[in-house]
Amino acid sequence: MSAKTLYDKLWDSHLVQQRDDGSALIYIDLQLLHEVTSPQAFEGLRMAGRKPWRISSSLATPDHNVPTTKKERISGVEGIEDPVSKIQVTTLDDNCNEFGITEFNMKDIRQGIVHVVGPEQGATLPGMTVVCGDSHTSTHGAFGALAHGIGTSEVEHVLATQCLVQKKSRNMLVRVDGELSPWVSAKDVVLAIIGAIGTAGGTGYAIEFGGTGIQSLSMEGRMTVCNMAIEAGARVGLIAVDDTTIEYVKGRPYAPKGEHWDMAVEAWKDLVSDKDAQFDEVVVIKAEDIKPQVTWGTSPEMVIAIDEAIPRAEDQTDPVKKEGYARAWKYMGLEGKTTLADVTLDRVFIGSCTNSRIEDLRIAADVVKGRKVASSLKQAIVVPGSGLVKAQAEKEGLHHIFEEAGLEWREPGCSMCLAMNADKLGAGEHCASTSNRNFEGRQGFGGRTHLVSPAMAAAAAIAGHFIDVNELVKH
Amino acid sequence: MRPFTKHTGLAAPLDLANVDTDMIIPKQFLKSIKRTGFGKNLFDELRYQDEGQPDQPCEGRPLREEFVLNQPRYAGSSVLLARQNFGCGSSREHAPWALDDYGFRSVIAPSFADIFYNNCFKNGLLPIVLESEEVDQLFAEVSAKKGAQIVIDLEAQTVTSPSGTEFSFLVDNFRKHCLLNGLDDIGLTLQQEDSIRRYEEKRMNEAPWLFLSREH
Repeated sequence: MSAKTLYDKLWDSHLVQQRDDGSALIYIDLQLLHEVTSPQAFEGLRMAGRKPWRISSSLATPDHNVPTTKKERISGVEGIEDPVSKIQVTTLDDNCNEFGITEFNMKDIRQGIVHVVGPEQGATLPGMTVVCGDSHTSTHGAFGALAHGIGTSEVEHVLATQCLVQKKSRNMLVRVDGELSPWVSAKDVVLAIIGAIGTAGGTGYAIEFGGTGIQSLSMEGRMTVCNMAIEAGARVGLIAVDDTTIEYVKGRPYAPKGEHWDMAVEAWKDLVSDKDAQFDEVVVIKAEDIKPQVTWGTSPEMVIAIDEAIPRAEDQTDPVKKEGYARAWKYMGLEGKTTLADVTLDRVFIGSCTNSRIEDLRIAADVVKGRKVASSLKQAIVVPGSGLVKAQAEKEGLHHIFEEAGLEWREPGCSMCLAMNADKLGAGEHCASTSNRNFEGRQGFGGRTHLVSPAMAAAAAIAGHFIDVNELVKH
Repeated sequence: MRPFTKHTGLAAPLDLANVDTDMIIPKQFLKSIKRTGFGKNLFDELRYQDEGQPDQPCEGRPLREEFVLNQPRYAGSSVLLARQNFGCGSSREHAPWALDDYGFRSVIAPSFADIFYNNCFKNGLLPIVLESEEVDQLFAEVSAKKGAQIVIDLEAQTVTSPSGTEFSFLVDNFRKHCLLNGLDDIGLTLQQEDSIRRYEEKRMNEAPWLFLSREH
C-alpha cells in the first residue's frame, strides 16, 4: 500500500462513494450549528418534509449575535436588545427543540463560540469529519480531524443525509522547524505563514502543519494555527495526533470512556502522515525567524513583523498588488506613518475563535498584570470563548488582573471579531485585535483592524500603540 | 433550483482583487432568517456612502457614484467580471444569495475562494474560472463598449466575449449536471441511502465511539 498523508487517511476512512468525475460522497461525524448560517437550512428541511439523519451528530450553540455585557446577558435570550439578533437566536433555540438537537443555549454555562465549545466538550475528536456553517471550522483540524466550513445549503445537506459531496483537495505541508522565540505564539506563526504564502496560497489544498515549531504548541496554540488556515485560502488545516492531543481529549464530557477510550486511542495513533507520504507542495519556515506579527492592511497577508516598516504601494511591481496596497493604505489611514508603532490605537479586542481560550487569556493577563491600560484608549475588552473558559479564568483570578489594569471582562461570544452584536469599531478607529480578519468594515463600518497575538494585543493596550511585547515586559 | 443552461447578459467589471465576503454582503445583513432579499445590500459598503442597516429601505441612500454597479451603463447587468481570489473570507452563503437576488447569473474571475465557489453552484449561480489574460480581455472589451454583452453556454462550456472571441472553461461533470437540470442535490444523495447505511454499519464496528448518543 502506498504511503498516505494524514489528509489522505481521513478522506479514505470517510469515503462513502467515489464518483467518476472526481467528486465523492463523504460521511460527516460531527456538525456544529450556530444561529447565523442554520435558520435557512432548518427551513429547507421543514419545507421538504425531511428529518435529520442522525441527531446525535449535531451540537448547537448561539455565538455570533449574542451580547457580551452582563446587563444584556442576565435574562438570556430575552435580554438581547437588538430585535433582529434576538429573532435569530430564538430561531436556533426553536429549531433545536423541534428537531431534538443538543443545544447549549444562552443560559447554559457551556455556551460559547462553536469552535471553542466543540473541543472543550470532547465533541471534536481525532479522526472525525467535522463541519459547520462557518469558515473557521478548520480550527478542529488541530485534533487530526478533517474539518472545514460549509455554506447553508450544505448544512441542510449534512442534516438530511449525514454526507457531503466533496472533491478531494491537494496536499500541502507547511513545516515550521526549530524553536519559537520568547513571546512568539501560535498566532505569530500562522500570520507569518499567511504572509509567506498569501491569502490564496492554500486555495485548493488541505494544509498539514508540522515540524518542531508546531509540535511544541499546546492544543490551544494548535487550534489557533488551524483556525487561520482559511485565511491562507485552505478550507482544511491539519495537525498530526500525538500525546498532547490525546491528553487534551481525555476525560472531556463527550470523549469516549473505558473500553471505547482504549480502542479510540489505538486508532488515533495512526493519525499521522506516513513517513514517505508525498505532498504536492511543501513550505518550510524557520521558527527562529518569526517575530511578533502585526497586520497593517485589509487582508491577513498584509502582515509584517513589529520591527519592520510598513510596505508602500509604490514599491510593488505587480499592478494588482500595487492597487491593493494603495487602497489598503488609504482605508487604514497610514499616510505619514512609517511603522506600526506610529499608529495610535482606539480599541483593543482580546477574544474570537482564534484567541479566546484559557491559554490566550493567561498570556494576556501575564502581560497586563500590575500595569494600566493607556489613557488614550477608548476601550479594551476581553471576551472569553465560552462560559467554561470564563469560569476557569475567574477561578484563576484573571478577571481581576484585567479589570485592575483597565480592561473590561465580558460574557462569551464572537463579539467584536465580526461585530454582529453591539461590540464594534467606529469609523476610522484603529483596533489591536486577536481575531482573524482585517477586512474593510469587518469590525464595524470604517473600522481599522490590526491582527495580533494576545500578548501583542495586551502590550498594545498598555502602550496605546503597537510595541514588541518583549520590550514592554523588560520594564 | 433554477437551471442554468445558456445565458446572454450585460457584464459589469469589478476591478478589484481579493473581494471578500464581508464586502459582498456585510455582517449586519446576516441576521435575516430568510434566503431572499439580500440584493439591495449587495456590496453595501462599496455601493453606498452610509452604513446600511437591516430592514432599512435603500432608496435615497447616498451612493458612491464611482462604484461600478452605480454607473447607469451597467444597470441591469447579470454577469460580474471580477479579479483573483473572488469570494475569500467567510462561508456565508448570503454572498451568492445576494449576487443572485441582485440579478447576477454568473461571476467570471481568474480564481475563486473554495467555499464561495462551492456555494454558488447550490444557488444556480455559475462561477467561471478563465485565464488571467482572458479575463483581462473581457475587462477591456466590456469597458470599451457600452452595453457589451457576454454569452455563456454551460453545455458547451464556453464564454463568448462581446467581440466574438470564444473561451472555454472547466466545470465538474456532477455540478454541471445539477446546474443544467436545476437538481436539488439532497434528493440525489438520498438515492444513495443504502450506501450510506452500509458505510455506517462498517464504521460502527471500526469506531463505535463515534456513534454514541449524547445526553441532553
